[in-house]
Amino acid sequence: MLNEYKLELLDVSKEFNSRGETVKALDEITMKIPDHKFISIIGPSGCGKSTLFNIISGLDQPSDGELLIDKEEASGTSGLVGYMLQKDLLLPWRTILENVILGMEIIGIPKKEAKEKAIPLLHRYGLKGFEYSYPSQLSGGMRQRAALLRTILYDRDVILLDEPFGALDAQTRANMQEWLLDLWDDFQKTILFITHDIDESIYLSDEVYIMTARPGKIKHRLKIDLERPRKPNIITSKKFIELKDEALTMLSEEVLKSQQMEMQAN
Amino acid sequence: MSDNSSVLGKRKKINRVSVGSHNKKAKKSNANWSYLNNEPKEYLLNVGRLAAFLLMILIWEAGARIGLIDSFFWSMPSEIIQTWTIIAVDGSVWNDTFYTFQSTIYGFVLGTVGGAVIGLSFWWSKYYAKIAEPFLIIFEAMPKLALAPIVVLIFGIGLSSKVAMAVAITIIITTLTTYNGMKQVDKDLVRMIFALGASRWQVFTKVVVPWTMPSIISALRINIGLALTGAIVGEYIGSTHGLGRMIFYAGQTYEISLIWAGIFNLSLLSVGLYLLISWLEKKLLKGILH
Repeated sequence: MLNEYKLELLDVSKEFNSRGETVKALDEITMKIPDHKFISIIGPSGCGKSTLFNIISGLDQPSDGELLIDKEEASGTSGLVGYMLQKDLLLPWRTILENVILGMEIIGIPKKEAKEKAIPLLHRYGLKGFEYSYPSQLSGGMRQRAALLRTILYDRDVILLDEPFGALDAQTRANMQEWLLDLWDDFQKTILFITHDIDESIYLSDEVYIMTARPGKIKHRLKIDLERPRKPNIITSKKFIELKDEALTMLSEEVLKSQQMEMQAN
Repeated sequence: MSDNSSVLGKRKKINRVSVGSHNKKAKKSNANWSYLNNEPKEYLLNVGRLAAFLLMILIWEAGARIGLIDSFFWSMPSEIIQTWTIIAVDGSVWNDTFYTFQSTIYGFVLGTVGGAVIGLSFWWSKYYAKIAEPFLIIFEAMPKLALAPIVVLIFGIGLSSKVAMAVAITIIITTLTTYNGMKQVDKDLVRMIFALGASRWQVFTKVVVPWTMPSIISALRINIGLALTGAIVGEYIGSTHGLGRMIFYAGQTYEISLIWAGIFNLSLLSVGLYLLISWLEKKLLKGILH
């Protein structure tokens, strides 16, 4: 069978030099991610999740190993994936419409064409009436919507989301999760999602990767075989609780380890 | 103590009383509060300001006439008005004002744009920026007015030496303001834009420059005053025209009323420039921030 993976990391390692010492951030990470999947990554703080995203997005070179996107070597090449962070990073001097076309603008799509493409999306995904507002006039949730639409409009098959809802309150966060699933359904993207929230990772994903404390390794790959579409109350189902229990056990071991490491360092 | 206590003293008293139980005192303090909170009426303020100005002029005039103020050194308002009317009617003071205006504006524009461009250029190389930084700080710490004699020797007594002075005095402060504003650019934002595959030029034009604009704009108002000072000092050292030259020559020949007439026009020019820049600043900020 041909391999049909959208994104592959093969034994990817990353070392940093910090004050003359070599620090290993990532240790032989291997991930094989099929097209159109929703993948979450959880792990203790400082386990190198963000470094991993920097490598996938091409901002950083891996020290070792291979990164393949569509079966082609992609390490060190930026612009192949969409990338969104916890901060919305909207440009305050641009309207929402001008903000969401930023990605398209950068790849050279004429502004007019980009705007024509963006407006129906803004309408369909809950930003109707805010096209000509400035980010400062929007709530945190709305700004994250705009940031996510900017990522979607950038039109890459793979999207990296680094704790996109981390700064939102619980209510808004729940809304945004539903909204993200809708978008994912409509656009059939491959999503990599970093979160600290186990419930969130299980609820949204097809697979959850649990990472170890530094140096970051893949500790476990948890397959989430819950049926889709999922309803919010699925989190009380027996299956969900079992999965959560498994994830929590694995994660708490690593959190403990990382805390011990921190205490030793101090 | 309560009679001649300042406004601040009264405020303090309110705080003290509010925790205590002396109701009578508290009531009195409340009256003071309402006095503090009442905004003064604008027209009354203007009447008061005008009255204060006229009173000062009157004291000056009267003092000079009865010999309390030595009019040889201080001149007196009536004489100043006479002198000013003569040079205003024959037009010479307006020519000088325009000359100074010109060198100020040229210097202001060159200094501000030059400083902004140099400041922004530091984004392109950390080595370049770090090497240049101490030189900038040393040059900024140096009193640039002390350069005037050299500048006039190099650029001559024409317009260019005044412009050069205005540039010298504005360019470094603009560079530093721009550079500091640019350092505040959100690193995550730059990271995100690079991740989208942007070139350095795109990051520069789409993020760094607009981000830094408010800092550059904040330098405008300071620069216009500095540029005027630079131009005037340039004219003091050596010039054929300008308010600075006029004031300097009047001083050499003890024509004190002419000095004051020149200073009056200089103030007019200064206020005019300030209003112009404030208006420009508002327009620019509105175009960038919302």
